[in-house]
Amino acid sequence: MTARARQTSHDLKPWGFVAPALLWTLCFFVAPFLVMAAMSLWERVGTDLVASWSFVNYAKFFERGHYLEAMLNSLEVTVIVTVTSILLAYPFAWILAEKVPARWQRLALVLAILPFWTSYVVRSYSWLLVLANNGVINQVLLAMGIVDDPLSLANSRSATVIGFVHFFVMLLTLTIYANLVQLPPNYRKAAQDLGANGLQTFWHVILPLTLPGIMVGAFLTFVLCIGDYITPQILGGNQELLMPQVIMLQIGRRADFPTASALAILLMVVVTIAYLGFARWIRLERA
Amino acid sequence: MTSSTSSRNRRRMLKTAAATCALVASTLGAQATEELNALVWCDHTDPELILPFEEKFDVRVNLKEYEGTGTAMAIVEQSQPGDWDVFVIDGVDVPRAIDADLLAPLPKDQLPTGDLFPALVMPENHSRDGEVYAISEKFGYNTISFNKSKVDPEDMKDMTVLWSDKYKGKIAVYDYYLPVMGMVAAGLGKTTADLTADDLPEIKETLFKIKDNAKLVGEVVSSQTAIATGEVDILVGGGEWVTAGLAADNPDLDWILPEQGAMRWSQSIGVFKDSEKKDLATEFVKYILSPDAQAKLATSSCYWAMPANAKAGEKMTDQQKTALRWDDQEAYIANSQLYPAPSAELDAQMQDAWTEFLQH
Repeated sequence: MTARARQTSHDLKPWGFVAPALLWTLCFFVAPFLVMAAMSLWERVGTDLVASWSFVNYAKFFERGHYLEAMLNSLEVTVIVTVTSILLAYPFAWILAEKVPARWQRLALVLAILPFWTSYVVRSYSWLLVLANNGVINQVLLAMGIVDDPLSLANSRSATVIGFVHFFVMLLTLTIYANLVQLPPNYRKAAQDLGANGLQTFWHVILPLTLPGIMVGAFLTFVLCIGDYITPQILGGNQELLMPQVIMLQIGRRADFPTASALAILLMVVVTIAYLGFARWIRLERA
Repeated sequence: MTSSTSSRNRRRMLKTAAATCALVASTLGAQATEELNALVWCDHTDPELILPFEEKFDVRVNLKEYEGTGTAMAIVEQSQPGDWDVFVIDGVDVPRAIDADLLAPLPKDQLPTGDLFPALVMPENHSRDGEVYAISEKFGYNTISFNKSKVDPEDMKDMTVLWSDKYKGKIAVYDYYLPVMGMVAAGLGKTTADLTADDLPEIKETLFKIKDNAKLVGEVVSSQTAIATGEVDILVGGGEWVTAGLAADNPDLDWILPEQGAMRWSQSIGVFKDSEKKDLATEFVKYILSPDAQAKLATSSCYWAMPANAKAGEKMTDQQKTALRWDDQEAYIANSQLYPAPSAELDAQMQDAWTEFLQH
């Protein structure tokens, strides 16, 4: 083999490694995405799908208040879920990383992610029963005399948020925990040597260093939450609509794939904007 | 290890191996020679319904469940011609399937049309140019289900109570726009078959009032769970398909047709035009329409509803017939309308109105 051939072979080797993943992404992400983008420019006319190559489906989104309202609802719910999940997950991850003895941490993590092992749909229906008028929470509140009548918890935005937070706290706990255990203890000692108290150490040293973990988890939460159909459908009681529900409504009976595709693309635009916002903290290259 | 123990173990191993071989052989032997692919609603999936047909015709019936005609159409569009043999479809959507050239004519002389409840023959839906393309197999009502221990049954006889505030916060609405909008239209004195876009503002306004009183708008499982667990006391759009199956465990759950009437739904069965097993598929249609299968279909584990074949009554228990209000059917059919089957344009407008209702 000549030196040139050896060089060519050497240059191609990395492509050989990434080719399966690349091919997979091309076939199952890029190609379907292009089909969906093209479909969003078609139109449902009567019972037919017509290749009109127009932006009429996108125009619908801005013309019809209830579509825009669904997007705003989705953004509100997603922001509430993301912030609440971070606030709950951080102390949990901190306790796991700092307070639980090292030999118990693995078991504690397994216990923390145990709810991941049950079906998403089953978990959502379980929450519906827990939050119902005669569910566990209301029964306890009534028995303790805290309330006289059952609280209306199920079939509401609160129920949707609770269902989401239960799921995403686990996810965020993992990403923040992974970040916390990698922090060298010397940083904390150095801060203390320089006169920082516990709160100052956390605020000026620990928190900034764990921001990448928080942001990676927050971005994953944002993406998974804003695109989720099951949880709001089961727990929200259709008291309001989120974007995935509006998209599914287009398909259910009328099979209006062009409008559904346009709405899905608009949702992707929002996710892309969110990614750009989070990008500073979720760089994938090695330092 | 002694030689006798070793011998016993060897004999045990041989027996186990022989039993395994016998099991494998019997399994292979039991494998059907043919397969039939059916696109169905969930009530067709009980083994006790399908097994007798499979055994009689030595065929394996592959059942694919779907919800919503749009979904079914999408499945068919994405399939190869011949992939599907039998189609269970909403009765009002049969003309849509005929328009799409999906269905094959059925042999009229072999169908038990004369045994059906007369209102279920529906030639305007099932026939075209003298050919029959589908036949009704089951029907029921989208009306009012309620818990009679919490709600005055007399109140339920007048549909307008749903948009007064007497039961505010105690109402669930079934999340399917056609029957519920049809019900509201009937409550407003309209005929569902004559609905136009001009009727939508009044229907929408009434829907908004119902939404103000509603605790939730849910699909089948959510709305059924809500009334079964006491989360709500009334289900708008419910009917025997929600409460009949639960009546044995919770006798307080009941259903009624209000004086203004209700929506009658029906499901139909036909054979795909591109099926390569039309004869076998037709046998399946005939089997589903037989009194035995109709009784099983009517009381399926997924949901109960009336069998289209009146002769199925001979195969059902008194308790089953009472839960389905068998003896009231003549009056109920007379006081119900088929739910709306709008043109594609009106359908889009109705769906838009429903989206606004959900977002209200």
